[in-house]
Amino acid sequence: MSPERAVERRGGLTQRAVRWVDDRTGSASGIRKVLRYVFPDHWTFLFGEIALYSFVVLVATGIFLTFFFEPSTAKTTYHGAYAPLEGATVSKAFASAMNLSFDVRGGLLMRQTHHWAALVFVAAITVHLMRIFFTGAFRKPRDINYYVGLTMLMLVIVEGYAGYSLLDDLLSGMGLAIGNAVALSFPIFGADLSNLIWDGQFPGSDAFASRLFIAHVLIFPVLIATLLTIHLILVALPHHTQFAGPGKTERNAVGTPLWPVYAFRSIGLLLAVSAVLFTLGGLVQINPIWQWGPYDPFRSTNAAQPDWYLGWLIGALRLMPPLEIRAFGSTLVPNPFFGGALFPMLLFAFLYAWPALERRITGDRGLHNLLERPRDNPLRTAVGSAVLTFCLIVFFAGSSDRIFLQFGIPYEGQVVVLRVVVLVAPVLVFFAVKRTCEELRRGESHPLRDFPGRVVRRTPGGGYEPEP
Amino acid sequence: MRRLELAIAGLLACSAVASIAFVVIYDSGADTQGLGIALGAALAFLAAALLIASRKLFLSTPVAEERPEFAQPPEDPGFTVGPAAEEAEELAGEIESPAEAITRRRLLVAAAGAAGTALGAALVVPAASLGPSLDDRLHRSPWRTGVRLVDEDDQPIAPAMIGERGFVTAFPEGVDKRELAAPLIVMHLNPSSLDLPAGREGWAPQGLVAYSKICTHAGCAVSIPRSPLYPDQAPRPALVCPCHYSTFDPAKGADVIFGPAGRALPQLPLSIGSDGTLVAAGELSGDVGPAWRGTRGVT
Amino acid sequence: MRRPHTRTLTIVAIAAAGAALLELSTSSSGQVKEPVAGPVAAPSNSAQIARGRQLFVEGCSSCHGLDARGVEYQGPSLVGVGASSADFYLRTGRMPLAEPGRQPIRAEPAYPDDQIEALDAYVGSLGGPPIPAVDPSAGSISRGTKLFSSSCAGCHSITGEGGVVVGGFAPELHQATPTQVAEAVRIGPYLMPSFDRNQISDADLNSIARYVEDVVQEPDDRGGWGIGHLGPVPEGLVAWFLATAVLLLVARVVGERSEGVGPKERP
Repeated sequence: MSPERAVERRGGLTQRAVRWVDDRTGSASGIRKVLRYVFPDHWTFLFGEIALYSFVVLVATGIFLTFFFEPSTAKTTYHGAYAPLEGATVSKAFASAMNLSFDVRGGLLMRQTHHWAALVFVAAITVHLMRIFFTGAFRKPRDINYYVGLTMLMLVIVEGYAGYSLLDDLLSGMGLAIGNAVALSFPIFGADLSNLIWDGQFPGSDAFASRLFIAHVLIFPVLIATLLTIHLILVALPHHTQFAGPGKTERNAVGTPLWPVYAFRSIGLLLAVSAVLFTLGGLVQINPIWQWGPYDPFRSTNAAQPDWYLGWLIGALRLMPPLEIRAFGSTLVPNPFFGGALFPMLLFAFLYAWPALERRITGDRGLHNLLERPRDNPLRTAVGSAVLTFCLIVFFAGSSDRIFLQFGIPYEGQVVVLRVVVLVAPVLVFFAVKRTCEELRRGESHPLRDFPGRVVRRTPGGGYEPEP
Repeated sequence: MRRLELAIAGLLACSAVASIAFVVIYDSGADTQGLGIALGAALAFLAAALLIASRKLFLSTPVAEERPEFAQPPEDPGFTVGPAAEEAEELAGEIESPAEAITRRRLLVAAAGAAGTALGAALVVPAASLGPSLDDRLHRSPWRTGVRLVDEDDQPIAPAMIGERGFVTAFPEGVDKRELAAPLIVMHLNPSSLDLPAGREGWAPQGLVAYSKICTHAGCAVSIPRSPLYPDQAPRPALVCPCHYSTFDPAKGADVIFGPAGRALPQLPLSIGSDGTLVAAGELSGDVGPAWRGTRGVT
Repeated sequence: MRRPHTRTLTIVAIAAAGAALLELSTSSSGQVKEPVAGPVAAPSNSAQIARGRQLFVEGCSSCHGLDARGVEYQGPSLVGVGASSADFYLRTGRMPLAEPGRQPIRAEPAYPDDQIEALDAYVGSLGGPPIPAVDPSAGSISRGTKLFSSSCAGCHSITGEGGVVVGGFAPELHQATPTQVAEAVRIGPYLMPSFDRNQISDADLNSIARYVEDVVQEPDDRGGWGIGHLGPVPEGLVAWFLATAVLLLVARVVGERSEGVGPKERP
């Protein structure tokens, strides 16, 4: 079959479908406009879609889970399929999650896929954020969309934390205790904040479990979905940005029409994301709560960690020296505030402020539809790299206990050294990256694609001379 | 092209087979790994079919489209000309001469903004009084003189039960074990090594010290008792928290010797009751758990 | 001329991350099965004790003294530690210790079985507890879970993967035989607390040994690849270097690449 015939057949189907809808809604011109909508293409523009499709998998698997999960902290005795916990006193939430994992057909697949989707969701958002930042896509007119995206990132992190804390297993219970400590540590209103969420002193009342549940399955998903819709609209209105290239200007958008190529690619990506997540959900174990056991405030385990997207916080909490600000008989600023609250607040403040800051520094207040390569804006790339370095080192500190156990580097020594490195390395990275960007721009050769050397040829005399 | 279409059809067929396999596996035991492979394969084959189609099957030439009016820059990319540019130049000028940047007008605006924000914040704070008072709850503790210590199985604790280098997690008799101030860690130390704070001389009969098990840093259970077999060749006895590795010295009133915790673990005075089991000889030396504004017992 | 493509680099990165993951998640092949009754204090005849004494003088006396009463700053006295201590330290390869004052760590035993038995007999003759008799199958798995969670998980982690103890570390338990578990509980080696019969009875010890054997060394991994039973750290590595990396690769293959020309220079 020739390609022309193939396109024709597709066109026939499409046209018939459009006519079918138009006959009933009168929206043919609108539909045609949508189908012809142009998407600038670049593989890095697909990161946001990967995040979006992870969210779709989250919602789908999440709905399944809500049919079986019981969000109650009321105590019950475990009499289930897992012998080591026989007779143990556990919460109904934990017991229902055990039931999901052991007795519900496909329950463990859904649980694990749901959890993997959450981890990949935040990872994809992070990669997407880095692409946005380092290519300057947040510049006018898209700074408002950038703020929407950042807000979603914050919501997603809290949503994930709430999700895995619902199960009341040993690891997530410890995480909630720490979360409560961070809430308490807010100056002035910390105790009230903790009270508002937990309804009393930790571990809180049964109301806490219901609040957490409704937040996780309804409030946050609706908020995220709403912001997501706004986010997509704000992408579509001015059209997506594009990298510079032949035929591409600030005024046009060059790319692939929505139908059929982009639509197929997008749906294909949705299926690919789902494929990866469900395969992981079946083949790689995640959050095996039967191995952790139930949580009680008097229980803890060594080597406990939060999910990866909170790793920066555990790192900050471990690295922070024992500073606690007291005066007038009051503890004004307890220690967990610095690592658990101030650090993330400062990071997000930086992210929110950056578009305005950059405008101030460069004086560039114009509208931009063309993206910059990271090297084209050495200052931004250097600042972003430095901040990223800071965060990565703090992340690293969060798992330095495993580094010790694997490689023998003493834990206490790591803490001391990392406290210094975390301040010094970003500065070094800033200057190194800035210099690299400037040099790359001068040379105009691609670091990965272009040949870095020079061609030489042998002279009759035996030496070498460069090829003219 | 024919081969391509056959290939895509083949992928779609494989996807269908995998979906059927999923149903079969679900019906016969629902093995998690089997389900994952089947569903993953079904999705992956379908994904491959669509992605290959999108890339190879359809004619796709890049199309250029004008962006909407509002998204078009006036003239050149980057720098603007006209009134907006003049404003930009003005602001740029202000940045270069910081002394002039703070004109009186801006000073007044800034000061008004600060005052307004502070007043607004101050007005909001009393809203906190609307909620139930947390204060008594955070100071509450079930420990007082005469309360007997029991272990996790609700058995009273005799000193002989705790080995020379042993420890036990203790609770007040008849109290919900999940109350934050309830759990204690009772450790057996060499009596001659004790160096408790002033006023606590009688708090550790036979070298048994009792501290709140809830870490004063972020609330995890302090469940790592460090107890050297040969004290002159190893670090001294300590209580370590597994979350952020705050380390407390039980011989010195659980003072912080490493890690981020900001204050010592509260200590409970012990005495040996008439039946030879451990009882509390008073109240905890301070509030338990992570610090907040009104934490008591901070030295 | 073109350099290796980013695709190749991505594959290399994934392979490296996979290796890191494997490193993190490989626990030495689990269970070491013992005969149920275990090596209980064998009838120590004087010939064995003499042989043990000879081995002791050759290999241990430089730190522990010719009379086994210890040498200051080198090694402690072994009078009263019992055959159980000798058995534990020798069978787990913790002794001989290269440097006094360092944490003894598990290694290949330096002596063959029969020599260890002789050394056990000799040290046992100096007094102290005999090698304990442990029977995991007589223990209760649920009681073992409860005890392990209360008394052991804080240091060794609930899955027996070990962890930091500031000033040292608590080792993972994948190679610990039931006898070694019992010995360690009663001795309290290096920084580990010790638990005597008043606190953890012999029946309780059977249960703890059963937990180590049946749960730590043969975990229920119905969810698939256990990735080290360490929780979110390996999970995060998989999410990034397996899932996200694969998806980025898919995006790279499926999406367009730019022509590599920068924007027009600013005026």
